[in-house]
Amino acid sequence: MSAYDVAIIGAGPAGMAAAVEASRAGFSVVVFDEQDAPGGQIYRAIERADAGRLALMGEDYATGRALAEAFRTSSAVYMPGTIVWNVDASLRINYSGATGSGEVTAGSVIIATGAMERATPLPGWTLPGVMTAGALQILLKAHGLVSDDTVLVGCGPLLFLVAQQMTEAGSPPRAVVETAAPGALRRALPHFFGALRAPAYLRKGLAMIRQLARAGVPVYRHAQAVAIEGREAAEAVSFTIKGQRHRISAGTVGLHQGVIPNQQITRLLGCEQDWSASQRCFVPRLDPFGETSIQNVYVTGDGAGIGGAVSAALGGRLAALRIAARAGKATTGEARSVMARLARDRAIRPFLEALYAPSDEVLMPADDTLVCRCEEVTAGQIREAVALGAPGPNQAKAFLRCGMGPCQGRICGPVVTEVIAAARRTRQDAVGYYRIRPPLKPLSVAEIAGLAPAAEGQPLD
Amino acid sequence: MFKRIATSRKARLSFDFEGHRLEAEDGDTVAAALLLAGERVLRSTAVSASERGPFCLMGVCFECLVEIDGIPNRQACMVKVLPDMRVRRQRGAARVGSI
Repeated sequence: MSAYDVAIIGAGPAGMAAAVEASRAGFSVVVFDEQDAPGGQIYRAIERADAGRLALMGEDYATGRALAEAFRTSSAVYMPGTIVWNVDASLRINYSGATGSGEVTAGSVIIATGAMERATPLPGWTLPGVMTAGALQILLKAHGLVSDDTVLVGCGPLLFLVAQQMTEAGSPPRAVVETAAPGALRRALPHFFGALRAPAYLRKGLAMIRQLARAGVPVYRHAQAVAIEGREAAEAVSFTIKGQRHRISAGTVGLHQGVIPNQQITRLLGCEQDWSASQRCFVPRLDPFGETSIQNVYVTGDGAGIGGAVSAALGGRLAALRIAARAGKATTGEARSVMARLARDRAIRPFLEALYAPSDEVLMPADDTLVCRCEEVTAGQIREAVALGAPGPNQAKAFLRCGMGPCQGRICGPVVTEVIAAARRTRQDAVGYYRIRPPLKPLSVAEIAGLAPAAEGQPLD
Repeated sequence: MFKRIATSRKARLSFDFEGHRLEAEDGDTVAAALLLAGERVLRSTAVSASERGPFCLMGVCFECLVEIDGIPNRQACMVKVLPDMRVRRQRGAARVGSI
């Protein structure tokens, strides 16, 4: 079993920046990542992207290349294609990858596992052909694939970014169907002057929306009662605006209602969590450097609360600087300057969070809408379980098996919390969340069996 | 339908899906190659046998589970296509006997 000063989980902007900074401070560093190349989802396939792909995805994407280069040349031990399936209180990490299973210990752990799409339970959302908007972007970014019969549905900056990138790629979506309620702009306006501290984001957003208008992509606003129609696969999206029903045929549907922190590892470790009303999700309770309620365990990047790639890289550096300070290195001045840049970069968030609050339809799905896709449990069944006395997600799970399928509750968890909180007329943090246990991803028995004695002294690379 | 935006110089390889030969580019995941081939249905659920296809493409949702070279429960979005890989849809729950 190997011992490292710092173990980092995730090689997106936060994980890469943390690794660079921690290596520079002279620590022994190991970085685990599920993907086969660095970049995370935001900079996915950044090292393989040719000039055409970089131009298509835009400047913000291209900036990931320098970070990936710095990460590659750092002294950190990089473990791509590796799943971390357990982290325990003594900071022992179990992983499984191409070379089998293994175990390391760490003085500090930086969790940089990023964000995932908020679940979007709507009628028909399990039909083949229905994906997340993020999935459509991954296909374009990593594989150069774009669909010619797409309708994008939901709300949030990513929805417009994907629409703009598809347009740039020569296959604009047939329509963007926006679900933000009327009045979202009015609620966002008080945050506008704060957002002016990060003007580049406002400019980028406006340019995106203008390009869609120039390309003639229809944007439907304030859509309600959204449903995806189709027998064996997606055939159309239908929705209502001002009492009028619309129907647009689509073989590919991209759903988006914002992204939320991936909370599996912080939940597994038992880090304290708080409910963020503005981001409408749980976020780990952190000190200004990203340290959780458990000493020497840090969360940086979107997993700490959604802030985007620039904030993620700054947060990664900050956590590494803090660990260096604890070890007696002089980092105070640098940490202070990183914190100031972080505050400026995050200035856009309150405006975006108010403008693109998720729609009530996906937070409070209709009774017959599937919430748990794996075990096929509807919102109505969860409400019935509450009526029978289930006070929270773990009891609902025992009643109904929701959250017990292969995704281990990742997709349905946040929705189940919302549905139970609404049914009980209480707060989401009073209802809580699924208890997360190892293994964090399904494993074969061979992967667990391979761990025991063979893992001792196994080379890491 | 998905199409590839640029003709690329990446190496081409072929693999087997449900007994058909399909083409992929070096670096494609199984899920991406299947979507490009117009294959949207990758599995049916263990509960109601309803058909599912790739959803998140980042390893979170487990909707793209397929059988690869005889091993079930593989995430098609996390596995790169290798030459002559044999991929099958996963129908219902994986059975121990099938491993």
